[in-house]
Amino acid sequence: MAVCIAVIAKENYPLYIRSTPTEDELKFHYMVHTSLDVVDEKISAMGKALVDQRELYLGLLYPTEDYKVYGYVTNSKVKFVMVVDSSNTALRDNEIRSMFRKLHNSYTDVMCNPFYNPGDRIQSR
Amino acid sequence: MEVAAGGGCGAGPPLLLSESEQQCYSELFARCAGAASGSPGPGPPEATRVAPGTATAAAGPVADLFRASQLPPETLHQITELCGAKRVGYFGPTQFYVALKLIAAAQSGLPVRTESIKCELPLPRFVMSKSDAEIRFGNPAELHGKKVQIPYLTTEKNSLKRMDDEDKQQETPSPTMSPLASPPSSPPHYQRVSLSHGYSKLRSGTEQMQPASYETRQPIGQPEGSSSEGPGSKPLRRQASLIRSFSVERELQDNSINYPDEPWRITEEQREYYVNQFRSLQPDPNSFISGSVAKNFFTKSKLSIPELSYIWELSDADCDGALTLPEFCAAFHLIVARKNGYPLPEGLPPTLQPEYLQAAFPKSKWECAIFDSYSESMPANQQPCDLNRMEKTSVKDMADFPVPTQDATTGDDKQALKSTVTEPLPKDLSEDTATSKDYNSLKARPRSRSYSSTSIEETMKRGEDPPTPPPRPQKTHSRASSLDLNKVFQPSVPATNSGLLPPPPALPPRPCQTQSEPVTEADLHPQLNRAPSQAAESSPAKKDAPHAQPPSKPIRRKFRTENQTTESQEPAAAVGGAASAAVVKPHPTVQKQSSKQKKAIQTAIRKNKEANAVLARLNSELQQQLKEVHQERIALENQLEQLRPVTVL
Repeated sequence: MAVCIAVIAKENYPLYIRSTPTEDELKFHYMVHTSLDVVDEKISAMGKALVDQRELYLGLLYPTEDYKVYGYVTNSKVKFVMVVDSSNTALRDNEIRSMFRKLHNSYTDVMCNPFYNPGDRIQSR
Repeated sequence: MEVAAGGGCGAGPPLLLSESEQQCYSELFARCAGAASGSPGPGPPEATRVAPGTATAAAGPVADLFRASQLPPETLHQITELCGAKRVGYFGPTQFYVALKLIAAAQSGLPVRTESIKCELPLPRFVMSKSDAEIRFGNPAELHGKKVQIPYLTTEKNSLKRMDDEDKQQETPSPTMSPLASPPSSPPHYQRVSLSHGYSKLRSGTEQMQPASYETRQPIGQPEGSSSEGPGSKPLRRQASLIRSFSVERELQDNSINYPDEPWRITEEQREYYVNQFRSLQPDPNSFISGSVAKNFFTKSKLSIPELSYIWELSDADCDGALTLPEFCAAFHLIVARKNGYPLPEGLPPTLQPEYLQAAFPKSKWECAIFDSYSESMPANQQPCDLNRMEKTSVKDMADFPVPTQDATTGDDKQALKSTVTEPLPKDLSEDTATSKDYNSLKARPRSRSYSSTSIEETMKRGEDPPTPPPRPQKTHSRASSLDLNKVFQPSVPATNSGLLPPPPALPPRPCQTQSEPVTEADLHPQLNRAPSQAAESSPAKKDAPHAQPPSKPIRRKFRTENQTTESQEPAAAVGGAASAAVVKPHPTVQKQSSKQKKAIQTAIRKNKEANAVLARLNSELQQQLKEVHQERIALENQLEQLRPVTVL
């Protein structure tokens, strides 16, 4: 189960970040922040091809002993970062992908709302 | 349901309310809450402690209400104490309901005790001396101070509702009536009008209402509240001007289906009102309102942005960034309810679901036409498959013959508009392109984001509606005139970033020079559409107006070239890369043009032009963004290149 999900804007500030409250949230925030470097590295590595061809799902960014961090970036350079607990049997890649897909869909739903200014914090119910 | 909604307010004795009681109480509560102030969460400052979204009844109206129950003051004090209001310092929904129940108990002669309310009680009776509608359940309304006569007001809603649910209404007639607007002195703008009577306000508020139709529906069954409706209308009328047609209506009755969430049902009058508002924003009832237009419109309701955002989330069921008519009505209704003090629901109530609303729509006259044309357009609709995002443009007003071409055109427009409607969206356009058209899942939100499909579907369903508005003067050829229009708009396109569709009614008479053509031209125009020719072939095939063909051909050519020029001018032809080549190339199919159809065509043409203009604007903005993004990319790649040699070394 994902313990932390973050939506990072293009300029690398968080639009939405939510962790399971059991753990120290600051730790997750820090992990997400550090993972941004990895995300950028992956983006640039693939940057040769045109954006459209670039895979959106970045995969495992880096593992720690407790957690794994997965990344996903949209075409508008909005990044989704997910921290997953390693204790349970590792979630399959497909599941992570589907989670990201749902996240992306929700994000576009938010975008659709004309009352939402891009770059604002996202309020989630 | 209100009890649940207001549950956050705090503890009170557990309440078991019957259906009618719930309705009555919630209505009363909303009234008291709304009467205090027009905004949600009103009441004394301590009310701010209440969770946002739950209204509290201000002491003033509540006191009035209690006094109206004609109980001795000491009893009222007792009740207030018992219900817990004194304890918590404000009248939350729970306290209010408990208080009402205690009042009912007292009126029945039971001692005022907590235990009294555990049993089944008749509803409390209140006699209002003011224009407040009397909240009398099961009791014919008594006229109040203001006698306004807007007979149709009450009758209309009442008759409609009553007819539907005569049996049900017995218990809850008063709720609908009661919340008639308080006297004009009360809060200026959002009167608490019972939803069923809301239309009275509507009427006053919007001059668009056609009183005639309402008048015809005279008191079909004088339901209890009818008289009370009358009084409300006058003050409403006065205030109507203040309120920009945001009448406050609360729906408390079932229409045809017995849904438990009464306040979320839209009455006939309300629907008419909403439809008229929709028309003011977008003349074609079949097409959509773009997000920005809707945003400006709803912002006028003076609700906070987060609330509006939440309402949008609820009502835009297919999440396409645009509101179809049922979605618009749902959103409008939610706003009205919110203004009345109802907390916003967690999810879209079943009565506000677009399917439900759409099913209910056939009542309106234009619906019929829509359905008629829709059936015709159905086959043709398959063509504009490529539409990616549905845009709210236009409409296929054409009936019958032009249907196929119209569809294509419209679909193209729609798609173009939609795709460019919101700024952030273009970033995700790739996703859009990937979406498949899922024509059948109107409500489905296929995760592949087939926005266009759902919208198109809906639009198609609405069909081509023969233009309902009165005959428009302009006889503008679709493409040729659009060309002119484009020229007119384009200089302003980069400048205007409002994203608003040019107000349709205000569109000046097109400089339609070229068009003084025979009908065929008009016919052609709708079909001429910016994008690359479209599948219209099929439409021509469908159309049969052989006689019209020869003459129209040469004209078509001419327009086609114009069209293409236009298209080249507007990179929007790409329209969001929308694939749709939905453009229907005119094969002059023109067919049987009756003047009525011509009007329809002209309306469609107009709308298409507007859509074109908006799309052109959007397109230019997108191009700009694209350039910027490209530059950034180039810069980054340069940096990377610079770094590379270093690492290699």
